[in-house]
Amino acid sequence: MDYATLLQILDSTLRLATPLLLACLAGLFSERAGIFDIGLEGKMLAAAMASGAVAASGMSIVLLIPLTSVEVVVISPVMFGLIAGILASLLFALIHAVASITFRGNQLISGVALNFLASGITVLVAQRLFGQGGRTPPISGDARFNPITLPFAESLRDVPVLGPLYYEVISGHSALVYVALLAVPASWWVLYRTRFGLRLRAVGENPAAVDTAGISVTGLRYAAVALTGILCGLAGAYMATALQAGFGREMTAGRGYIALAALIFAKWRPVAALWACLLFGFFQALALRPDVVERVAGLKVPVPFLDALPYALTVIVLAGFIGRAIPPRAGGEAYVKER
Amino acid sequence: MDRLPRWADVALVPLISLLLAAIISALVLLFIGQSPVEAFEVMVDGALGSPYGWGYTLYYTTSFIFTGLAVTVAFHAGLFNIGGEGQAQLGGLGVALVCLSLPWPHWTLALAAATLGAALFGAAWAAVPAYLQAKRGSHIVITTIMFNYIAAALLVYLLVDVLRPQGQMDPATARFPVGAKLPTLDQIPGFNLIFQRPVPANVTLFIALAMAVVVWAILWRTRLGYQIRAFGKSEAAAKYAGINPTRIILVTMILSGALAGMMSINNVMGEAERLLQNSSEGAGFIGIAVALMGRNHPIGVVLAALLFGFLYQGGAELGLWTSIPIEMRIVVQGLVILFTGALDMMVRMFLARIFGLFRSHKLGAA
Repeated sequence: MDYATLLQILDSTLRLATPLLLACLAGLFSERAGIFDIGLEGKMLAAAMASGAVAASGMSIVLLIPLTSVEVVVISPVMFGLIAGILASLLFALIHAVASITFRGNQLISGVALNFLASGITVLVAQRLFGQGGRTPPISGDARFNPITLPFAESLRDVPVLGPLYYEVISGHSALVYVALLAVPASWWVLYRTRFGLRLRAVGENPAAVDTAGISVTGLRYAAVALTGILCGLAGAYMATALQAGFGREMTAGRGYIALAALIFAKWRPVAALWACLLFGFFQALALRPDVVERVAGLKVPVPFLDALPYALTVIVLAGFIGRAIPPRAGGEAYVKER
Repeated sequence: MDRLPRWADVALVPLISLLLAAIISALVLLFIGQSPVEAFEVMVDGALGSPYGWGYTLYYTTSFIFTGLAVTVAFHAGLFNIGGEGQAQLGGLGVALVCLSLPWPHWTLALAAATLGAALFGAAWAAVPAYLQAKRGSHIVITTIMFNYIAAALLVYLLVDVLRPQGQMDPATARFPVGAKLPTLDQIPGFNLIFQRPVPANVTLFIALAMAVVVWAILWRTRLGYQIRAFGKSEAAAKYAGINPTRIILVTMILSGALAGMMSINNVMGEAERLLQNSSEGAGFIGIAVALMGRNHPIGVVLAALLFGFLYQGGAELGLWTSIPIEMRIVVQGLVILFTGALDMMVRMFLARIFGLFRSHKLGAA
């Protein structure tokens, strides 16, 4: 494989890893707080539809903010879409929270239910709005996140080896890719360096202790699930308005579950989540280029084999053959306050 | 919280949950500018208004009885088997391999062998997550989800590269031999008086009903069933009573996987007569809704399967005759799972309060 092909594959690795990473970090907050969430897929799908639909409508809002002088802020269709995506995802997160925190329902069943609900309702709404078989019309221009060229990318392009790496792989992505990458240290900081993070981790391990300390278990868990909703919203909006140009039915194609797999693979840690998502993104990038795989491996590798790799690896990790993946101790259990 | 009377627990709670799901579904229809009343009429007319419609409704019902029973058996041991979809697809592979292996002389022989093949393949696909849960503590929900995706990938590979006959374009196996053709209800003496046009519902329906009885007998009339239920109620207590957890997890999941696999005799052997990609079409997942709605009891499962059979056939009719997309049935499915499974406690709390009100009234009068 030549260097140019490698760069191409790494470039698509980063593009494909981004929704996984955002969804994976989303799951991280929820599960670290003791709320299992297999509904990442549904939230992403709902966000993708909402952001795609709003962006496609081309609406933009001009805000006049009276400070010392009147500031004019224009919200472009893509940003408007992003907000809509986050709100849609938050709505699903709220239902999950009500079912699993307030009514102490089965968190796994709630997640399954919401995935089905999202899968059906996104098509229904898109069909109602646009009448194109459950898709949104293709979007372009300021309705999409467009590639950003990072500083010096052009001028450093001719530096051997590193120049093309910077220009081809690291530069030239949409803003949300960099948001996702920045979300990794941000999540680490929130979880391990803030009081909120300490409490959030504690509530996932031993809610009774948190309760004894006079801190609301319910409040913390709702906050964690809301963070999950916001991050899934970003992931979904990225799918419809950055990775692709518009929403299509079932467009998340199991990415919520791959993100879940990456979360387990990373043993519920933010930095490890980055590596896991990059690895799974790499598999997805390879599955798009069977010709390259064939040349490198020297034999024909069936594409389904590459598709199944993330899932198979997760099973192996879960089986404890590559280190042990131990979930947060209070995960999946509703907390009943002592009376 | 007050305990609910038994009749309320068995009948009222699921009915109210169902009603809530129906109300939200109606609101969704109103929101997309459709009439819920008209939609319901189209569904009832298309699914139950003629023997032909019933032929389709019962065909779906058959599949859902199998997958519903599969989820039910696992639930009783406290295991949540989301892998019914993958197990059903592997079951389909078992059916296809059996049917294509011999020029079957008579359908009864083919059916017996194919049932065995379906059960075996489905059970094997469930046994791996079960073993990992029992021996390595891997969460069965996650592993069964992963196995669904692995099954789908495996079948794509097998159908495209291995089992597809030469010269055929679409990824599917060859057609099964004539001797492996199952009689549909319109070909069975007696039933052919009702079903005069060809329908997909076939003899598998009776196997499904028989399996409901078998599952009931196993769970409530055998030592194994007692052990499964005891284990599901309290793992620690079951262990203390000398019940081997590894054995229970393995046996339960093998039973569950076998049941999910067996649905393939209905759709692969009874209807398509060859193995196609994504043969189970989500029936494995509907099993979750059916088991929850049916309160994990075989009688409830059969009734809930009929309800979902109606929903599926009716939903298909909606797609044909109205501008409501066929995805409406996935919405209803999700709502039923949400209300009967996850928001169960909400309905109970509400009912307990109402019953409490009545009780305090009585006390006040006395």
